[in-house]
Amino acid sequence: MDFSSFLLMRQEIILLAIILLLLVAEIFIPKNKKSSIVHLAIFLFGVHTVIGFLSIDECSIFGGSFQTNNLIHFFKNVLNIGVFILLLQSADWLQEKIVTQDKGTEFFILLFSSLLGMYFMISSGDFLMFYIGLELSTLPVAALAAYETSKRISSESGIKLILSAGLASGVSLFGISLLYATSGSIFFHDIIGVISASNLTILGFILFFTGLSFKISLVPFHFWTADVYEGAPISVASYLSVISKGAAVFILMILMFTIFKPLMHVWENIVYVIALATMFIGNLFALRQKNMKRFLAFSSIAQAGFILLGLISGTQLGSATIVYFILVYIFSNLAAFGVVQAISLKTGKENMDDYDGLYRTNPNLSLVMMLALFSLAGIPPVAGFFGKFFLFTAAASEGYYLLVFLAVVNVTISLYYYLSVIRAMFIRKSDNPIPFFKNKLYMRLGLLITVLGILVIGMYSPLYDYIYELSSIFN
Amino acid sequence: MDITYTILIPLIPLAVFLLLGIFNKSIKPAVSGYIGVAGLSTSAALSFYTAYQYFFVHGKVDGVYKAIVEKTVWMNFTETLHIDIGVLIDPISIMMLIVVSIVSLMVHIYSRGYMKGDEGYTRFFSYLSLFSFSMYGLVLATNLFQIYIFWELVGVSSFLLIGYYYTKPSAVSAAKKAFIVTRFADLGFLVGILIIGYYTGTFDFETLNNPEGSAILNWASTSFMGLSVITWALLLMFIGGAGKSAMFPLHIWLPDAMEGPTPVSALIHAATMVVAGVYLVARLFPMFYFVEDGFALEVVAYVGAFSSLFAAIIAITQTDIKRVLAFSTMSQIGYMMLALGVSKYEGHDGLGYMASMFHLFTHAMFKALLFLGAGSVIHAVHSNYLKDMGGLRKYMPITNITFLIAALAIAGFPLTSGFFSKDEILVAAFENNKLLYFSGVLVAGLTAFYMFRLYFGIFWGKDTQYKHAPHESPISMTFPLMVLALISLFGGFIPFSKYVSADRVGFDVHLNYPLAAVAVSVGLIGIALAWIFYKKENDLASRFANSLGVFYKWTYDKFYLDEIYIFVTKNIIFNRIAAPIAWFDKKVVDATMEGIGNQTAVVSEKIKGMQSGKVQDYAFSFVAGIVILAIVFIYLWTN
Repeated sequence: MDFSSFLLMRQEIILLAIILLLLVAEIFIPKNKKSSIVHLAIFLFGVHTVIGFLSIDECSIFGGSFQTNNLIHFFKNVLNIGVFILLLQSADWLQEKIVTQDKGTEFFILLFSSLLGMYFMISSGDFLMFYIGLELSTLPVAALAAYETSKRISSESGIKLILSAGLASGVSLFGISLLYATSGSIFFHDIIGVISASNLTILGFILFFTGLSFKISLVPFHFWTADVYEGAPISVASYLSVISKGAAVFILMILMFTIFKPLMHVWENIVYVIALATMFIGNLFALRQKNMKRFLAFSSIAQAGFILLGLISGTQLGSATIVYFILVYIFSNLAAFGVVQAISLKTGKENMDDYDGLYRTNPNLSLVMMLALFSLAGIPPVAGFFGKFFLFTAAASEGYYLLVFLAVVNVTISLYYYLSVIRAMFIRKSDNPIPFFKNKLYMRLGLLITVLGILVIGMYSPLYDYIYELSSIFN
Repeated sequence: MDITYTILIPLIPLAVFLLLGIFNKSIKPAVSGYIGVAGLSTSAALSFYTAYQYFFVHGKVDGVYKAIVEKTVWMNFTETLHIDIGVLIDPISIMMLIVVSIVSLMVHIYSRGYMKGDEGYTRFFSYLSLFSFSMYGLVLATNLFQIYIFWELVGVSSFLLIGYYYTKPSAVSAAKKAFIVTRFADLGFLVGILIIGYYTGTFDFETLNNPEGSAILNWASTSFMGLSVITWALLLMFIGGAGKSAMFPLHIWLPDAMEGPTPVSALIHAATMVVAGVYLVARLFPMFYFVEDGFALEVVAYVGAFSSLFAAIIAITQTDIKRVLAFSTMSQIGYMMLALGVSKYEGHDGLGYMASMFHLFTHAMFKALLFLGAGSVIHAVHSNYLKDMGGLRKYMPITNITFLIAALAIAGFPLTSGFFSKDEILVAAFENNKLLYFSGVLVAGLTAFYMFRLYFGIFWGKDTQYKHAPHESPISMTFPLMVLALISLFGGFIPFSKYVSADRVGFDVHLNYPLAAVAVSVGLIGIALAWIFYKKENDLASRFANSLGVFYKWTYDKFYLDEIYIFVTKNIIFNRIAAPIAWFDKKVVDATMEGIGNQTAVVSEKIKGMQSGKVQDYAFSFVAGIVILAIVFIYLWTN
């Protein structure tokens, strides 16, 4: 292994450099100009995002612990875009915190560390690297959830997250050790050859699977979601629901399509049951939420159920549809969270009733929200429709007609609550509506990118073809 | 030949539409008129440039005008079946580009005078641009799906423009009628497209139309109720075409569409959109001709012939001058359909095809001229009815002369443009089907008669006493009249058959003197009769009408077709079919859905308690979930 191999980890190294730089930067920036840390962080991460688009060779380094290929690389870029949008949307809020509560760079450092963990997780070539990545991606988020130390609910959410995450990761680790016991290796490429459907292996798989299910918040491992989202700062909830979930789904997909492929006759049933439970429970709970953050929490649980439809097919088509869906979902959900963030920041209002008559006072924000919800609900021609449509195609092409039918029923249920938000904004009247306000540049930019994403991804079909091609590794 | 720039031809009007549409309020009316005219002039110039490049520089390869296609895949279904977006340049699409450009540009210029002072001036121009965009797109379409998209877009623009005076209930209902009737016909078009896509695996015109291609060669492979499915598809698509082109019995929207501003009638309901059906059949002509020995084409011929006769008879009795012109349009489009229907494919046998396109061209010019002339008259006397007019030649000399030229052209007076195109249609009909020929000759006579009834009624006849003396329209309105009059006069000398033919090779035509003589004399008889009846005020016409008795009344009431439609929809469809279905929908479907909705709410309420807020409960369900999964999938559900 020569020095140039390190360049294959370019993404990780640059991100690490940014983290270190920000850590040091705080010392040099004078106290009265501390809020410019936000500009610096956004700039550095923007550069990182752009550099990320340079292609990277396929490789497997450190004795196979770390691997990457075009699909993984593409997905890291997707995560980067998501985090970048998130940063834009959080910029104003962070500046305010830095000025009023004397915060520093810790938000960025924690966030980027978590992202770094995700990089390692999805690039892992053995279970050790995977586990370290998983932990690195989870632990900083617990601290982030408790970021607003002055608020009791924020601390509560941090504690709940760390407790649940600890349990999940313990279970996961137990599963990994059982898999090691039966296969004699922690390297993925070794395990592929020897895995068989013995009882112990299946138990190991189930334990491992539930650990990741926790991150994706699949039912019945989802209970933490709503409480944490509600208590945590919106940026963190947004991060959990979009980036963290996306990365976990992605690595789960890779592992299930490769090393656990011989167990497919077992896991397809598990996924089937969990998909149904997740869609139904998520939707039924979402129906009665009054708080926008809780509402989006349950909506994101239901969305995770839909993603499993792509997983169950176990094919190249399934992989392509999942990655495409996550891409669409990142834009849609970030748009929704972005609007909630903007309104919460200006007025502190987070309940659905507060949105009554929003269109009359803030037409632009309402339109963004409407697009986001249309996309989440899957209404053509916005991107979300194609995302869901492709997922359903993937499941149907493997003959899961009943599952697809029940998923469509769930889409109908979800339509109700998505539209009820739109009804509140556009049709309902309010005596005390949210007054008109103008967003700052970063927030506007953050929302604009999501809107473009929602509109363009749906109509620009070569993108899907490209992802499909990348997914050919699962053939 | 690089034709990428032709994409600009539709895109410029689209840009103008967006500009005028979005900044509706902040653009001054006068400016918006200029923007509209400038945009369309650019498109028109590009169209002419394309035509020049194609016909005289690049188009002909080995003696054949090859189609030039530039496209990109938009949506992929299978290897062969995909929806493309692009431009297709071939003789007929270029001819249509020219027609649309000339008429649309003239109408734009004319509208600056005609619509002056109107409240929605900018809105009007934005709609005109939207229409021009859609029509250009339709003409340039490379495949069935693309043409369908623009087909619907022209429908929408037509709807918007007919209903332009949206405070007038009659205009609103006319707009709705036009939209619903054509939409209904378009259903046939869509089903036809899907059948074609399913059985031939492609939407692409060039692939479908290839006489050696599988779509044409394999037409017999699947049949349905005694006909090839491809024939069914063609017939269904023709229903769509008949709806847009106002063929019997789907023509009922066209007379009502005259509620729109007159320039709109000239542009959409005389020259461009209504010939879309003809264009569609011409576009798919090889399929119509080769599949099942041209069965579908024969249907086209008979529908066209019947519509042209039917409409010509009705036109004689109408008193609203725009409605006369509307029925005349229907009649002339029937002519074009007839010509296509009797055409064959190769060389001189393809005369009908060429004649149809030729007549489409000349008709677009003189009919637009007639409508614009009528608009000029209406502008002067503020009425649509013949009874309010008469003797206008003294007040409006330019309108008078240009209108006369157009009337002569449509009547087929020798050496005018209509004479040549009509003559060729009749020759084609004579060579292939005598019955259709005689019907065509009869229509020629009727056309001359009703057109000169109109002309004499407006410009001669009684000396009406006007409250305000009518005066000639401004130059912005008379200029387009003069341009169109010139083309109507001399357009016939274009050697059309060299450029436009079914097999794209081109051939020579010569006047068939005996047949031309017959057509001309029939036309002259028509004109003479009109002269006797209407030149001077007299009661000959009404005496004659009375002697016809009930037949006259039927004709005047357009053979009660509207009433039949209303009877069928109200009594049969609404009461017998729709009402029971509505009951079922309300009491069964809705009730079921509401039940599900209520149950969902109940379940949702019941499980609320699961989310307790306590981490230990969450951990418990986490572990319980694992245990259940483990037990179920290790011991119970193994396969």
